[in-house]
Amino acid sequence: MSDDGSNIFDRQEEFLGIFKKGAEFTRELMIENERLRRKLLDVEDGQHQAARNPDDWEKLRVELIGTIANLKEENRSFRERLTEVEEENRKFADRYVEIEEENNNLANLYVASYQLHSTLDIDEVLKIVIEIVINLIGAEVFAVYLLDGKNEELRVVAAEGVPPSEIPSCQLGKGSLGKAIAAAETTCWDTTRSDDYTEPIVCIPLQIEKRPIGAIAIFSLLQQKEGFTALDHELFNVLGGHAATALFAARLYGQSERKLNTIQGFLDLLTQ
Amino acid sequence: MEKRRILIVEDSPTMRQLLVFALRRLKDVEIIEAQDGMDGLRKVSSDHFDLALIDINMPVMDGLKLISLIRGDDALKEIPIVVITTEGAKEDRERALSLGANEYLTKPIQANKVLSVARGLLKID
Repeated sequence: MSDDGSNIFDRQEEFLGIFKKGAEFTRELMIENERLRRKLLDVEDGQHQAARNPDDWEKLRVELIGTIANLKEENRSFRERLTEVEEENRKFADRYVEIEEENNNLANLYVASYQLHSTLDIDEVLKIVIEIVINLIGAEVFAVYLLDGKNEELRVVAAEGVPPSEIPSCQLGKGSLGKAIAAAETTCWDTTRSDDYTEPIVCIPLQIEKRPIGAIAIFSLLQQKEGFTALDHELFNVLGGHAATALFAARLYGQSERKLNTIQGFLDLLTQ
Repeated sequence: MEKRRILIVEDSPTMRQLLVFALRRLKDVEIIEAQDGMDGLRKVSSDHFDLALIDINMPVMDGLKLISLIRGDDALKEIPIVVITTEGAKEDRERALSLGANEYLTKPIQANKVLSVARGLLKID
């Protein structure tokens, strides 16, 4: 993994630094409190000594009243500051949780796009798409379709949870799935399971410049997965764009490899 | 401070990368990856590890077999093990825990959960 990946945690370190400053400030408050407590003890000690000399008593009493007023004011000010710091810390803690969640989401999206573009072998790309849909989204039964441009038919090229042969092809623009793909928008139906393989619970059209090249249709989720999160919708977007380009590039690469081999074969024949 | 060594045994490169991403946030850890149960067994037998995260469904040797081999080996049996799997059923969890797994996490994994479990088993903040 690259530096790009590690940089997303820098802000987390920054917030940890702010927390440490909060802790340091609280420690300073405690030291100040201790200093004032000692001061009060000294004053009390002076009071006891003055009690033995009635002439100094009045002077000391005035001094003490002044000191107490000052201490009270100081105490009030510290309490106010402490409340402010606690509120600030609470806000930082909330923000820290948000940023951590954001980091996790970014890590998921980064891993998904990194893996999708890590190979030019179409079978490998399909394997990675399946891994992402199982491991990152939590789908149990789903299929990947690719569009046959000649007759606008979407054929199942990979499936998980059931054999691909059990999932029918579909026509672009026809049926729930075909219409959702033609609309070029990810569609989520309000259910978590469908045993009818023409009616998915989610359809993620794979498209390049708004042109459909295939789709991922999810029919059921893993037992422990209760519904879709904001991250899942981000992953749908990543798959819709990145899986499409990865599959398209791999298909083109495969075709060019085959052509190259054919041409090489001809050249070999000519030079023999 | 000596680095804690964590072994990830998982056949999916996507999951491995995601787990590495999450665990890299722990300070002073070294993360080693294995791509199936057999590779995991080789690595865990040849070096010291403080924690192992093991997937269940893997080619060559599955995670449950690997766990039972680790727990059956006097030199390895103390390694804390976290199972990571798609199987969320209660009986799957009980089976893994009865074989000696310390924790059981289901996919899709949450990085926070992985970190919290790893911190707990490694006894670090």
